[in-house]
Amino acid sequence: MSFMIVVIDYNVGNVRSVCNALRHIGCEAALSKEIETIESAAGIVLPGVAAFGYAISQLAELAEPIKKLALAGKPLLGICVGYQMLFCYSSEYGKHNGLGLISGSVIPIPAGSQLSVPHMGWNQVKLAEDMDLFAGLGKEKNFYFAHSFYADVTDRQTKVAYTDYGFAMPAAVQKANVYGVQFHPEKSSKSGLKVLKNFVEICEKEKRKTPK
Amino acid sequence: MLTKRIIPCLDVKDNRVVKGIKFLNLRDAGDPVELGARYSDEGADELVFLDITATIRFRKTIVELVEKVAENVFIPFTVGGGIQTVEQMDEILRSGADKVSVNTAAVSNPDLLTEAAQRFGNQCVVLAIDARRSKEKARKWQVCVKAGSEPTETDVVEWAVRGEKLGAGEILLTSMDADGTKVGYDNELNKTVSDAVDIPVIASGGAGKLEHLYDAIVDGGADAVLMASITHFGNYTINQMKEYLASRGIAMNL
Repeated sequence: MSFMIVVIDYNVGNVRSVCNALRHIGCEAALSKEIETIESAAGIVLPGVAAFGYAISQLAELAEPIKKLALAGKPLLGICVGYQMLFCYSSEYGKHNGLGLISGSVIPIPAGSQLSVPHMGWNQVKLAEDMDLFAGLGKEKNFYFAHSFYADVTDRQTKVAYTDYGFAMPAAVQKANVYGVQFHPEKSSKSGLKVLKNFVEICEKEKRKTPK
Repeated sequence: MLTKRIIPCLDVKDNRVVKGIKFLNLRDAGDPVELGARYSDEGADELVFLDITATIRFRKTIVELVEKVAENVFIPFTVGGGIQTVEQMDEILRSGADKVSVNTAAVSNPDLLTEAAQRFGNQCVVLAIDARRSKEKARKWQVCVKAGSEPTETDVVEWAVRGEKLGAGEILLTSMDADGTKVGYDNELNKTVSDAVDIPVIASGGAGKLEHLYDAIVDGGADAVLMASITHFGNYTINQMKEYLASRGIAMNL
């Protein structure tokens, strides 16, 4: 059976919450690490609550096939560390290579006098109008964040939405069919579920385009 | 900037939400999954579920509850009560909780905080402290364990500071003197602790009026306010609380 969306199951925290949220909005979602299941799905969600190095090591031999599918046009949504892995590398506990789908690197949030790290809680994201993930959500919405590193996006072909945490910090990206959110849509109540719904719609459109 | 958080707390006993006064005289407040989903729909920023019977022994029922909550609640939630090992934390987190809170087990084994932070990240680790005001000394509070039934010699402020160093990412600070009384939070306690640590402090115990929430944030320096009685028994909706705080200039997630 082919699923609309496959959530990559790779031994990191809270992959189930993403699945729960997708099912809650009526999407056929499977949690899997089988290549065939991943290939047959209309879209891929790469979640992740873990340190970057641990996450990429757990992703292991799935990294290449996921990258190939994304380059071939399959919609891919990275969440939190899954989002960070879309970039070239991270400096969290040593230097680790990411998937390299979007130019940029993952670096520590600078600790300020008033701002604590991790950046944890609800923060407002200025929604870029031309980003498909934010269709129907208006100009700004609050989302739930929990992270200590952020992606410094250097890719000029990438659309970026920002949040304010003492500086304009990238909170979401889109480059063609590759999407990523630093926040947790699966934990961001109605606005978060709407982001997931938008991604499901992107996948549905893509499925209709692709001949069997 | 991060918004201040409104966190309803669901004390769970035998699969029902209950609420008492100063940890005693428990009243039934409904089904935990239904109530959690309702608060989430009404705009709560987070939820805390505390299994108040579990300190005696860790029970399978918590895991089942966490799974059900995770299928119905799409905001972050913390689970606590009777958790003693990182394996139990792992089980709770993998069942869908976002954070775990520890209280008694951290007092008897402080290394638990470090082990947990190294394995799951400190954003997952909440140190819950039940504080009782000293009868002898002003501005002193003692840590109580085993659901508040057992006072210790440990000073609350010292324990909070040490907890942060060991790996706690947040402090859930409950005033046992104020709990369930609706006379306001112990903001002397909240302020003393929030000044002493850099991690967020959740003020808990005593919420009765909207002003109390404001006072805990402004006078107590709390990053989040936790409440039970006033939401469970219908005094205020989550939205009323948020509108009120926003109208007084506090950044809220509305």
